[in-house]
Parts: sequence; C-alpha cells; structure tokens
Amino acid sequence: MSNNSSLWSDAVGRLLKNKAAMVGAIILILLIGCAILAPVIAPYSYSFQNLDLGASPPSSEHLLGTDILGRDLLSRILYGARISLLVGFVATGVALVIGVSWGIVAGYFGGRVDQIMMRIVDVLYGLPFIIFIILLMVIFGRNLWLLFGAIGAVEWLTMARIVRGQVMSLKNQEFVLAAQAMGISNLSMFRRHLLPNILGPIAVYATLTIPQVMLLESFLSFLGLGIQPPMSSWGTLIKDGVESMEEYSWLLIYPGITFTITLFALNFFGDGLRDALDPKTSDN
Amino acid sequence: MITIILKRILLAIPVLIAVATLTFFLIKQAPGGPFDAEKAVSPQVLKNLNAAYNLDASEWEQYTDYMTGIAQGDFGPSFRYPGRSVTEMILTGLPVTFELAIYAILIALIIGVFSGVLAALKRNTILDFIPMAIAMIGICVPTFLMGPLLVLIFGINLELLPVSGWNQIPGDKLLPSLTLGFAYAAYIARLSRGGMLEVLNQDFIRTARAKGLSETAIVTKHAMQGGLLPVVSFLGPAIAGLLAGSFVVETIFQIPGLGRFYVEAAFNRDYTMILGTTIFFSAMIVFFNLMSDIAALWLNPRSRDES
Amino acid sequence: MKKLVNLPIIVSLLFIYSCSNAISPVDSGLENKVFHFGNGAEPQGLDPHIVTGVPEHHLLIGLCEGLTTSNPKGGSSFPGAAQSWDISEDGTTYTFYLQKNGKWSNGDLVTADDFVWSWKRILTPSLGSQYPDMLYYVKGAAEYHTGVINDFNDVGVKALDDFTLEVTLNNPTPFFLGLLSHYSTWPVHKETVLQHGAIDDRNGQWTRPGNFVCNGAFKLKTWELNNKIIVEKNENYWDSKTVQLNEIHYYPVANQMTEDRMFRAGQLHVTSSLPSQKCSSYIEEKNPNLRIDPYMGTYFYRFNVNNPALVDPRVRKALAYSVNRKQIVEKVTKCGQIPAYSFTPPGSNGYEPDTEIPFNPDLAKQLLAEAGYDESNPFPKLEILFNTNEDHRKVALAVQQMWQQNLGIDIELVNQDWKVYLNREMIGDFQVSRAGWIGDYEDPNTFLDTLRPNRGNNKTGWENPEYDELVELANSNNNQDDRYELLMKAERILIDDMPIVPLYTYVRVYQLSSDVKGYFPNYLDHHHPKYWYLERD
Repeated sequence: MSNNSSLWSDAVGRLLKNKAAMVGAIILILLIGCAILAPVIAPYSYSFQNLDLGASPPSSEHLLGTDILGRDLLSRILYGARISLLVGFVATGVALVIGVSWGIVAGYFGGRVDQIMMRIVDVLYGLPFIIFIILLMVIFGRNLWLLFGAIGAVEWLTMARIVRGQVMSLKNQEFVLAAQAMGISNLSMFRRHLLPNILGPIAVYATLTIPQVMLLESFLSFLGLGIQPPMSSWGTLIKDGVESMEEYSWLLIYPGITFTITLFALNFFGDGLRDALDPKTSDN
Repeated sequence: MITIILKRILLAIPVLIAVATLTFFLIKQAPGGPFDAEKAVSPQVLKNLNAAYNLDASEWEQYTDYMTGIAQGDFGPSFRYPGRSVTEMILTGLPVTFELAIYAILIALIIGVFSGVLAALKRNTILDFIPMAIAMIGICVPTFLMGPLLVLIFGINLELLPVSGWNQIPGDKLLPSLTLGFAYAAYIARLSRGGMLEVLNQDFIRTARAKGLSETAIVTKHAMQGGLLPVVSFLGPAIAGLLAGSFVVETIFQIPGLGRFYVEAAFNRDYTMILGTTIFFSAMIVFFNLMSDIAALWLNPRSRDES
Repeated sequence: MKKLVNLPIIVSLLFIYSCSNAISPVDSGLENKVFHFGNGAEPQGLDPHIVTGVPEHHLLIGLCEGLTTSNPKGGSSFPGAAQSWDISEDGTTYTFYLQKNGKWSNGDLVTADDFVWSWKRILTPSLGSQYPDMLYYVKGAAEYHTGVINDFNDVGVKALDDFTLEVTLNNPTPFFLGLLSHYSTWPVHKETVLQHGAIDDRNGQWTRPGNFVCNGAFKLKTWELNNKIIVEKNENYWDSKTVQLNEIHYYPVANQMTEDRMFRAGQLHVTSSLPSQKCSSYIEEKNPNLRIDPYMGTYFYRFNVNNPALVDPRVRKALAYSVNRKQIVEKVTKCGQIPAYSFTPPGSNGYEPDTEIPFNPDLAKQLLAEAGYDESNPFPKLEILFNTNEDHRKVALAVQQMWQQNLGIDIELVNQDWKVYLNREMIGDFQVSRAGWIGDYEDPNTFLDTLRPNRGNNKTGWENPEYDELVELANSNNNQDDRYELLMKAERILIDDMPIVPLYTYVRVYQLSSDVKGYFPNYLDHHHPKYWYLERD
C-alpha cells in the first residue's frame, strides 16, 4: 500500500526540479500578481477615452499604444488579466468539482448507475448551448459570477466523460481489485486509490480546460453575451484586435502575446504537474 | 457487444425526447419572438402571425403538436423563412458542415496523432519540443484569429487561395478545413503524447522490450491501443464541439453550413429551426459518443469483458 | 512514417500552385456580363407581401416592378408597370395607365386586375403581412386589413379596364407616388400564387425557382440556400432593351470583414457595407473603390419618457446638450457621417429643418439643476440599451463618457442580442436605447410620422397632441411650401421636447468595383439593376 504523504512530497520535489514548469509557475504568479495589483500599477483607467487621440502606436505616454477610442492598451491588458484569469480559474474549478465527482461515481459503479449518469450527460450535451447561456444571462442578468457558473456548468460534461473513461480502465487493475478485496469503503477508494491515479489526466485536462474556458468566454463576448463594455477581457481585446489587424496591428499583437504566454505557462505548469504526480512517466 | 449497441440505441430515444422537451420549454422563456422586427409590428398583425403559426395556442398544446409532428418526421416550417421546412434547411446545411468536419477531423487526427506519438517517442528532444510548441500555438490561438490571419496571408497577400466560399472556386475548401482542424490537431497531439507516455512506461511494455520486440512493433501493436485511448474518448466531445467551432469558420469563410444556420436561428428565435437542429445534433452526438465508447471498449480488452 | 506525412504536404502544394492562376469572378464577369452582388444576409423569401428587409429589397427590385420605379439619381418617380398617370385636382384620385406591353416573366400580360388582386392579398388579415401600412393611405385599406369591413370592393382601388387602374386615397397624400416604390405595393402573379396555395398561405411554394413568376427586369434562376441566388435577364420585360446584364449572383455575406476580403480578392462587384475600421484608412489612402453616399437615415437615442428620471424635458435636453456630435462623427464613426440637429435628415426632398441642438455642457448642467438634481439629490444611474454591434458599442462608450464627464451622471451600458433588444424596446423595459430610422420614401413625413401617438415605431411613450395635429394637417395639404411650414413647426416641438436625441445622419458606405457603371448614389439607396452594366476603362 502506498504511503500518501511521501508520495506527495516526492511529487513536489519532482515538480520543483522541472525547469519548464517552474518558469511557467513564475510567469503565472507574476500575472496573477499583476491582475490583483492592476488598480495600483495601471498607468491609466481602463475606460478613459481620449477621443482626440484615437488609435496610436506605442509611445512614451502609452507604452503599448491606444485603441480606437484612445484608451491605453497596457492598462486594458492589466485589467483584462483580472477578468480572463478569474474566468479561467473559477469556471474550471466549477467544472472540475462537478465533473470529477460525476465521472468517478459513474465509472466506478458502472452498470445502471453509469447508464443513467451518462445519459444525463448526453442530454445536457444536446442542449443548444447558446440558448442556454442567453436564457441564463437574460433571466438572471449579466452577472459575472453567473457567467463563470454557466461556462463551468457546460465544461464539466467533458471532464466527467474523460474521468469516467479513465476510471473504467483503472478499475480492473490489480491495486483496485486488491483494495476491494480488503473491503475498504467507497469514499476511501475514491480518495486514496482512484483519485491519485487519475490526477494526472485530470491535471492535464484541467490545464487544457482553462485556456478553453478563456477562449469560450471570448466567443461569448463575440456574440455579445460576455463582459459588458467598458470592461473587457483578453478575449474581447483579441477580437477587437483581429478586426483592426491590418490597420492597428499593435491592438492584436500585445493582447495576443500576453494571452499566448499565459496559456503557455499554464500548459507547461500542467505538464510539470502531471509528470511530477506520475513517477512512471518521469524522465529516465 | 451487439447487446450493448442495441441497448444504447434504445436508450437514445428517451434522451432525444428529453432534449427536445427541455429545449422547447427553455426557448419559450427567452424574450423576443420570431416576428419582432425593427419596424414595429402592429398588434393586429402580430395576432395574425401568431395565429398562422399556432403560437397563440397554449404552450402545452404547441408542444404536443410539435412532438407528434416529429414522430411523423415533420419538423415543421421555418418561422424565419416562410415556405421553407426545417427538414429541407437541415438537409441543405448538413452535408456541408459534415464535409467540413470530416476534413477537419482528418487533418486533426493525422497531424495530431503523428506529432503526439513522435513527441512521446522522442521525448525531451527537439522532436518533442517543436511539435508540442506548434500544438501549443494551435490551442492558444482562437479560430476567429487563425482564420482571418490565414486568409490575410494566403488569400490577400499571396493570392494563392480563395478567401471564401465552399465549392464555388477551386481550392476554397483548404483554408477553412485547416483552420478548424488545426485547433483540434493541437489537442489530439497533446492527448496522444500524454497517453503514449503513460502506456510506454508501463510494465508490459518493458516486458515486450525485454523480449526483444522491435520498437515499431511495440509502438504500433502494443502501445498505441492503450496510448490513444484518451484520443478516442476525446473524439466524441470533439465532434460535438465542432458545432461551435464550425460556426466561426463558416462565418469567416462564408460557408453555407448548419452551424451558421443554427446560431442565426437562435438569434432570430426561429423556434422550429432551433428545435429541429438541436434534436438533430443531439442524435449526432449520441451517435458519436456511442462510436467513441465502442472504440474505447474495443481498445481496452479488459473492460470489454464486463458487459 | 515520414513518407506518409510528406504525401499530403506535396498534394497540398500542388493544389495551391494550380489554384493560384484561377481567374477572379470580377474579371470573368466583364466578359459574360455577370454581376456579383454582396447582399449582407440571406433573404427571408421572395414574397413581396411577406418579407420585410433590405436584402430582400435588393432582390425584389430586380425581379418585380411596381406602378412606379425610383429615379436612380433621385427625384420624381419614373414609370414602372404604369407608363403614365393622372392625379385629380383635389389630389385624392390617381389614375394609372399601365404599359400596354407589360408582361410577366411567363409571357402573360400585366393587367390592372393583377394590382387589385395583389393589394387585396397584402391587405388580407390572415396573410399576416408586416408592411400593410404603406397602403393605409388608400381609402378603406386600413379598415379591410383590421377586419372592420369585409368586402374588398369597398377599398379604393379599382380596375377600370385591363390597363387602367384607379386609386382613391383618404387624403391628398403628396408622397403617394414615392410610396409605390416600396415592394409591399408591388404585384404578384395570381395564377401562380393560387396554383401553390390559397391567397393567404404564407408557406406556399410559388416563390421557388421553377415556379416563381414576376414582372421585373430579371427572373429567378437558382437559389442555393445561404449560399448564392442567381437571377437572369427576363426577355419578357417591357423595357428589356435597356437591360445589359445577363445574370446577377447574390451572396448573403453577413460578416463585414469577410465581405471586405471577398471584394479585395475580386469576388464581388459591390459590398453591402464596410467595416468601420477600414473606413478611415480607405479614406486616407484615397481608395478609388470606396463610396460614401448621402443616405436618408438618422441615428438617434430614444428616451423612455415614462421613466421617472426622464419625465422632465429639461433632463432630456440636458442629456442632448452634453453630447459632442462633432467628436462622435470625427473620432468615433469616422466615415463621413454628419452631426444631426434635427430628427428628419436635412435635404430630404428640399426640406431643411431649422432646429438646433447646441453642444453646451454648462447649459446642460444648469438645466439638470433646474430639474431639481444636485449633490443632495443626485441623478440616478442611467442604462443605455443597444444591440450587439461594434459600431453601436463604440458610440455608446463615447456617449457614456460624455454624460459622465459633462453631467457627472453614472451610466451603464447594456448590450443585448437583437431579439432581446427589440423586445425590451417594445415593452418599454429600457431607459435610453440606441435606434436608427431609414426613410421609406423621400418625404419628411416618413420620419415625423413615427413619433406620433399610437405609432408602433414610437416606442418612447411620447404623446404630443399639438405635434400630432400638425403632422396630420400637413398630410392633407398639397402645397409643398405650406406642408413644410407645418412640418417644421412639428419638428421644432419635437426638438424642444426631446423624446429622442438625434446623433448623426447616416451615410451609405460600401465598396464598388470600377468596372460597374450605371450605379448612382441614391438617397433612399434604391439602385435598379436594369441600368447597371460592366465596362473596364
């Protein structure tokens, strides 16, 4: 039987040694810091328009340039970080909690329980996503937290399917059969045996989900259902940038680079996490 | 196996009914109706319109009428396009979206699996780093950025490929398929790399190596079955996700597919069209999930035994 | 394995190479006289009595013809299905003499009876037409449509003989001829319609390719849903010798950026619009394909005058006086729009309103104080409602900042999807909402009428009996100078009470290939395809 605490400390040790993951982690911490400190460090307000200036390339007054309404791009990127990162983490968190619980139960118990639970997933999949979100936005108002919940409530479905798939392939492995033979409780089974072994795929999938969520949020803003102006997320900044791609390229380049670096960091960190938690796949 | 398939198909029917019902009542809650237009409709006219489309009956009555219609294969007339039936519209848009999706998935699988397996085999070398970096770009760049960028480069600046259309000008299918497929290729590359790495380090692989089997044999015969399991599980939701993705691609490239129809129907409150397309897509999702599960079961011999 | 990967790459490269020499549709259009038209959206259909939008208009104007047609260069109407007409002294009776050789696309003659039957159809309540009010000026029409009378013989349109149509109006309506260029007054082919359904059947198949019959310069050839519509020259059209094009291909491109790319790649002769970011750079680089034409439309914000915060006209005027219109058109929309100081666009058929809306933040603050708002009684937060659209968003952002800076008012922007936006306006669930109005015919009445009490398009809740009376009087007056006097008085009342805040006058912005001739700027954006031809200099 594994000794959980030493398993985890081994994992942390491996993680710390992974350079790419550590770089990713540092970048993430920096970004989160910038997001939190945005009101303090941003040179301008994110909404202040300088109509006479209009769109201007990077200069000494506006380090990253201004957009069509003369708003400072650097400030908007800093404030946008708050929204995007918040959406990414919170919505993924929601999806994680629901999806993993659902998937473990369905995959482990199999049979009838699995059928019913996965049928429910199929039904929810078939719902026209846009209508669902429009409805929620309209009935309960354009609430930021509701947006997170709505996105998370859609993303959990895929998480559940994957977790279920993983659990189904795990449950016939020796250590599970052994634990069953020893008569441990289901909860204990989930927590100590199944969960640690599927943490790898969950971690990988979660880090794949966060950028997907962020992209999803930008798609919603594209349709007019996301963040209300004058606030904006990186997604809306990129969308605006695409439309001015040829005329004002800085409007696309800087938000694009920031977005990409963040996603890179998340992915590298996620990979490091996975490698650290699954010793058999670490470097030989 | 056959019993599983049959059971799933039978179970699919209540699923579709449930989807239709949920959607029907959800749509009715959304404000704004199909006849709201910029030039306001007089109450008199609105009354006539609602009567013509049976919208003045009770919700329950509308629901039962609609469901009986479906049982007979009639999805009703489109509210937005008088004279067109929903079935007709779906059948017009479907082959296009389907073709686009197939090309995109093929591109995604070929590029994705190949890069992922290669990266796993050549782990931590440059052949791991480069494909994964490119895959990363594919994940991080939204389709509504990738598409216009590709069009700008290949369509406008280099004038190599058409900028829009599907089946209108030779070569116009290439950019849209690539745009849509690239994002999925990235996911598949990562998933296959992850899956392969997991499998390659398992004991039975070590055993096979110790036995002296060639690397190719090990990879193709032993590792890929289990290693590609995450990819197979992913395919079901991937195809479902193609709907949202295809809408963006269909809009950018002016492709007359079902995705575009669907979102426009949602915004126009074309009730019958929304319902028809939803039910249709649900059926497709159920189908592809079933395929995905069957493939997963087949690839995983041990869980095949428990039925 | 590597070889397997090389194969698709090689194939793609070969493909790309072979395609790079394809000839563009605009180039080939020169020779085969095919016009490629960017149409902005998939038309709802082809039934002129049912459809309501602009993309439908672009199609119908080529396929069908009313009694009159718009003069492409603006001004009084040209003959259409009617070759000439007489108007009685008192202005209430019109007698139309139809073209003797006017034919439907299947060869049948166009008779006066066709018009009588067609107008009966659009006024049939059970058809559910959304545009019957174009004909409400005809005696008995409104009553027939609302079911007050049931015999169409009591409606003021009669066929005196096969080629003479007599129309009796309620009042001498000076803009009646202009009205007739709207497709809701156009005829449909009775036999074809009845062959595929009853007179009030909305879902009849008579508009399908192969069935569709109409009396315009072109006839319907094919229709690929959401992809392309093709019309071809109609040899039976009475004026077919003027028509030079062989075919027109209509593309329902909804995305402006896509349309712009298609135009630049030589796939379209004309676009339906232009992305606003492109406008300023095209103006700067003096792009020869850019067209900015005057357009009879006003962009404005509606107030919900029943909202407690907006009940006082001083408040509304304060809001109107603190918007810098010049800055909006020069820095935000940047495409040649004109600041608006009246509701009706100046210059509409010679109408020049003299109303003024100064940009005066100090006066605005004063008015707000007079209305009772100050530090102890701060003005409540206001919401600006608009539908999802880049341009509306930018204007709303600019106005938000202006009101916040100049009046210290807290403003929230509410961006909703199209249907939700329409619905909220309809039920009055808004405070300030973005709006636009395009004229249906070239006369100020098309604007001023909408703000009369009990008009569906009013949506502000504003009811001013004096205003109502003035507009009504103007409608019954045949003398243009007198009419305009009355209408200007009405306009002054409107601007004094400010139920709406005019922001700017629209312009029609689009790209037009230099190969296209015979396409003139038109105040109502009516362009008749029978005058277009393709020629390269």
